[in-house]
Amino acid sequence: MRAAFEGSQAIARAVARCRPQVVAAYPITPQTHIVEGIAKLVADGEADCEVVSVESEFAAASVVLGAAVAGSRAYTATASQGVLLMAEVLYNIAGMRVPLVLTCANRAVSAPINIWNDHQDAMAVRDAGWIQLFCTDNQEAVDTTIQAFRITQETELPVMVCVDGFILTHLFEPVDLPSQEQIDMFLPPYRFSRTLDPRRPLTLGTLVGPEHYTEVRAQLHGDLEAAAEAILKADADWADLVGRRAGGLIKSDGPHTARIGVLTLGSVYGTLQEAARELVPDTPLRLMALRCFRPFPAEALRAAVDGLTDLVVLERAIGPGMGGILATEVRAALAGLRDAPRVHGAVAGLGGRDIPLDILPRLLALADAAEPVRCSVIDLQKMPPARLGADR
Amino acid sequence: MSKTTVLDLRELRRRQPRFTGMDPGHRACQGCGQSLAAHIVTEAAGPDVIVANATGCLEVFSTPWPQTAWRVPWIHSLFENAAALAAGIETALKQQGRPTKMLAFAGDGGTFDIGFQTLSGMIERGHNVLYVCFDNEAYMNTGVQRSSSTPHAAATTTSPAGRMRPGKRHLKKDLLAIIAAHHLPYAATATVAYPGDIKAKVRRAMAIEGPTFLMIHAPCPLGWVHAPELTIKVARAGVETGLTPIVELERGKLVSVLPIREKRPVTDYLRLQGRFRHLLGDDPVAVQEREHLQALADHNIETYGLLAREGDVRDSVTAALVRRGGAIR
Ligand SMILES: Cc1ncc(C[n+]2csc(CCOP(=O)(O)OP(=O)(O)O)c2C)c(N)n1
Ligand code: SF4
Repeated sequence: MRAAFEGSQAIARAVARCRPQVVAAYPITPQTHIVEGIAKLVADGEADCEVVSVESEFAAASVVLGAAVAGSRAYTATASQGVLLMAEVLYNIAGMRVPLVLTCANRAVSAPINIWNDHQDAMAVRDAGWIQLFCTDNQEAVDTTIQAFRITQETELPVMVCVDGFILTHLFEPVDLPSQEQIDMFLPPYRFSRTLDPRRPLTLGTLVGPEHYTEVRAQLHGDLEAAAEAILKADADWADLVGRRAGGLIKSDGPHTARIGVLTLGSVYGTLQEAARELVPDTPLRLMALRCFRPFPAEALRAAVDGLTDLVVLERAIGPGMGGILATEVRAALAGLRDAPRVHGAVAGLGGRDIPLDILPRLLALADAAEPVRCSVIDLQKMPPARLGADR
Repeated sequence: MSKTTVLDLRELRRRQPRFTGMDPGHRACQGCGQSLAAHIVTEAAGPDVIVANATGCLEVFSTPWPQTAWRVPWIHSLFENAAALAAGIETALKQQGRPTKMLAFAGDGGTFDIGFQTLSGMIERGHNVLYVCFDNEAYMNTGVQRSSSTPHAAATTTSPAGRMRPGKRHLKKDLLAIIAAHHLPYAATATVAYPGDIKAKVRRAMAIEGPTFLMIHAPCPLGWVHAPELTIKVARAGVETGLTPIVELERGKLVSVLPIREKRPVTDYLRLQGRFRHLLGDDPVAVQEREHLQALADHNIETYGLLAREGDVRDSVTAALVRRGGAIR
């Protein structure tokens, strides 16, 4: 059914149709509308699940962990400070290999406190062991959410679906909400191989000493890398069913002849597409959205940049003391590749700062630099430099 | 032709119908009160349970991979989330219509301090969970650091006794009163000195639909500095001095106590344990702190009405007697 929804409500309905049995969450802008939406669907009898309104995000993550190991499909959503408060549990969930889906309504991290969009929250837990998928629009958010439930079940790795806070969560746009029948065909009932059950007592979460710990962690790494296949398969099967993909590992738009590319995460991809059409229609340009940030699809990236001389990486997060987080990873993934493009790092759109169309020519200008640009923070003129110093 | 099979003791024991939730042979210290208490609790709770265990000694000594001491489904996640984890499992069980009872286990650190928020949340939301706190009055797993459950003036590695300080400066947190303020169906204290009492309380809690709380005083020979064979003696002295009130609350109201047959001075408790050694001398600080602890014990006795009265069938002496068929109740 194609209709106009607020992004959060579209996600809430998609989650409800995946038949979760336990949902636990704690309010934080801009995530809150999602769980409010689920609570209302449950209250109206449109979804049959237990909603646990807990006392913190830390508890929310712990509750869904418990529900999942007890054999119930479970879901939570959060953002920003909530992600950080969950961090200890997020590592634990992945380390224990528990299937869960979490929507991260991406938001900046304090201080300074700021409720608007960037990707610092997801980046802060990039090494937790979760699959992290970024959505460029609300259709992808809906489709990726549904796929996430299947991927997590198949891989026994938790999946974080990253959706830009406000920009997508609070945007009204037409979305095709897949029917219950379609989702039931795509998503088998929840099954967990190590369900806690007195008839078959298992011990989960044991102490592992130096003699085995390395193997366990290496296995997590290997399995996370191998999960790329399940992610691709879910997207392909979904396309067979509903006729559209949600972005695979990395999606790319532009001619083969392009020599300059721009790679980004999330909804700014749409801005760049529009800017390319409006502002530089005659420049051959390859635009790419990295949908799958974890596992990092190095092979797919290497293929996607084939023929480029310059790649500008635009990201909404910063690794203080290092620069762009995504740019750093892209450089690492391309290292040693013959004829690899020069990689230029650009940071913009922090804490909800609008990314206007005219960012594109400025990004392309980076490619003209004699030396690769390590990290350019775009649009720094809003606060006089003297004030920045004085406030420190 | 009849056949006689001779079984050795070990095999006989293996075939006994009595249920145990935990196997022996784990790595607890000799005389560990917490280990004893966990054995008793799981035995009384029976096989149809799931345990969510906080980080701490019990978790560490019972599950060094690839071994486990647990015969019931058991999960450990983190130090401070046992109550939330249990709440999640319980919610799933309820949603699936499974009758299995949920237990949460944690030490005093995981209960009084770092896990307190998730515990309060779990009780407030009314989850059907029996939460058991094994109270050994310090962070033992990390090497005997003070917790908010450590008694006043006890020496730990972070509240050491020295020339300027007589051990822990602060009081033991009155957690039971805080738990009681949640008006939960049932909350109780117990001690390893009275295994029958623990079992009875576990069975009561198991029968209640809703959040229940049991705090078991569990001496730790390593942290309290006493010989392993003194665990029960130490625990019993805690009760008979009034320092460890054994009580039951329903909806936050006191409904029963284990009366003290013969009240003993707190020094009877203190002198059994190295953690109070600095309080036994004649110096003014030691004398003052002993008086302070005596006053705290007297306060407990008065608040809960702990002295036995004529005609009490069950008291601090009879509750320790075990007859065929179980303890005297
Ligand atoms: C967040 C966090 N902080 C600290 C620790 C280290 N730690 C593990 S167990 C423990 C103490 C446990 O004390 P308690 O709950 O009283 O249980 P006990 O070991 O005494 O049985 C501590 C401090 C941890 N695992 N996690
Ligand atoms: S340190 Fe104490 S609580 Fe821990 S296993 Fe030893 S006796 Fe038991």
